[in-house]
Amino acid sequence: MSAFDTTVHLIYLACAVGFVVGLHLMNTPATARRGNRISAGGMAVAIVVTAVVLGHDGGVTAGALVALASGAAAGGVAGTIAARRVRMTAMPQLVSLFNAVGGGAAALIALGDRPGGTSAAVAGVLDVLIGAVTFSGSLVASGKLAGKIAGRPIVVPLGRPVTALLAAAAAGLAVLIVGFDAPAGALYGLAVCALAAGVLLTLPIGGADMPVVISLLNAFTGTAVAMAGFVLGSTPLIIAGGLVGAAGAILTKLMADAMNRPIGAIVAGGYGTGDAVTVAAGAGSAAVRETTADDVALQLAYAERVVIVPGYGLAAAQAQHEAAALTEALAGRGVAVSYAIHPVAGRMPGHMNVLLAEANTPYEMLRDLDEGNADLARADVALVIGANDVTNPAARRAGNAVSGMPILDVDKARSVIVIKRSLGHGYAGIDNELYTDPRTAMLFADAKAGLTAILAALHAYA
Amino acid sequence: MSPLLLADLTVFTLALLVGFEVISKVPATLHTPLMSGANAIHGVVIVGVMLLAATASTTAGYALLAIAAFFAAMNVAGGYVVTDRMLAMFRSRS
Repeated sequence: MSAFDTTVHLIYLACAVGFVVGLHLMNTPATARRGNRISAGGMAVAIVVTAVVLGHDGGVTAGALVALASGAAAGGVAGTIAARRVRMTAMPQLVSLFNAVGGGAAALIALGDRPGGTSAAVAGVLDVLIGAVTFSGSLVASGKLAGKIAGRPIVVPLGRPVTALLAAAAAGLAVLIVGFDAPAGALYGLAVCALAAGVLLTLPIGGADMPVVISLLNAFTGTAVAMAGFVLGSTPLIIAGGLVGAAGAILTKLMADAMNRPIGAIVAGGYGTGDAVTVAAGAGSAAVRETTADDVALQLAYAERVVIVPGYGLAAAQAQHEAAALTEALAGRGVAVSYAIHPVAGRMPGHMNVLLAEANTPYEMLRDLDEGNADLARADVALVIGANDVTNPAARRAGNAVSGMPILDVDKARSVIVIKRSLGHGYAGIDNELYTDPRTAMLFADAKAGLTAILAALHAYA
Repeated sequence: MSPLLLADLTVFTLALLVGFEVISKVPATLHTPLMSGANAIHGVVIVGVMLLAATASTTAGYALLAIAAFFAAMNVAGGYVVTDRMLAMFRSRS
């Protein structure tokens, strides 16, 4: 190995260390931003070194240079603009889009660099297969999250048999490519099968399962990038791909556990229509106690500890700023306030935390499931805003749609206030027993309007 | 199995294990920036696309290269920028 090659490899190693250190620093909000910048620094160095390698080795035609430079410039600008403009509520679809293009790029590498030799051919086949499934699957997921494709599970006629046929065709092509050195067309055929399978696999998956799906697709892209690394013999791709694969796998497991749903059932699809039947307020709800914004304001003002339980309804109503204003007003009166956040409170892992952080909520107030439950057990008032299934005490019993799902123990608080537009059901489609608990009072309002009224009452009377 | 492939497999396996160790310590509060930050890291695929440039010599090859470069650059630039934007919003009480 020449001195040049050795230096290049050592620099790549340093870049990989940058990625690992960057991820490690994400273990607290205080250091996370620095971590991301270290990771970005490693990336910048890796790109510069690769440019130097290309110049040193020669052999890049003018046409290739133009294609590379113009493609990269356009992509870089497009990505940066999208990243700067995106609203925090739209984060899941943007992350899905970035995931899609990463998988797409990985698949194109194997298509462009016809892998020679058996092991490289195997890696190439896996790269194309996983990369292409991720590309089309993430695009569909992104479209669903953005509302451009219906979020409900879409049943494709003959979807399963067609997917099975595609899988069989892909397997056949893979054997031809690896074992019999099939012509280049076979790899393209494989890509087409995988693209179609990605669409068919993602369409039937419902809105409620999106946090799991985008985590799973993230793990896929990591794996595809690692496979591209095997094809090219490039260590930085293998390391980064492995790290991302692990991240995606962990998040997939955490999300599936948080919903108590096996990953296989999620991929099979059909759950979480997002079109829950809305039941009119008061209808058939003799046991439900209704309250007013004035009463809620007084109750909160004279509490010692308040725990807010936000759900996606809060974000959908764009009410996180009102929630933050209420928190500030209460904290000003000496009330201890925290947020108990269920892992699937948003549309992607950790989404609700970002929405609250955007509204200037200090991160010390943000509690995960276990910490939140510890807080709830000591709370005077639990204020539930737009969360439903994740607060249903029925989950502790067997035999219903939410059985076994880890929940926030809102019913352990001394009193409970629920701000909700109606007694409508969540994704699980069952009554929430919390609403008929004698200690629960319902404030029937849109999250934003309800919080604004409480805040006004707090300033007026308390 | 060639020594080169064995070395690559070793690196991949260890990267997975390191990933599991490091990432399981990230708090739930930061799971969204974690995912988008990890997303940005797989943007390293741009290095692979650059290496691909050395073998492209046909019009079809150039077209494929340009698309791959567009995808990879979007992934890496957008991923880091959006992660930084999110992490800047996480503020302490003080």
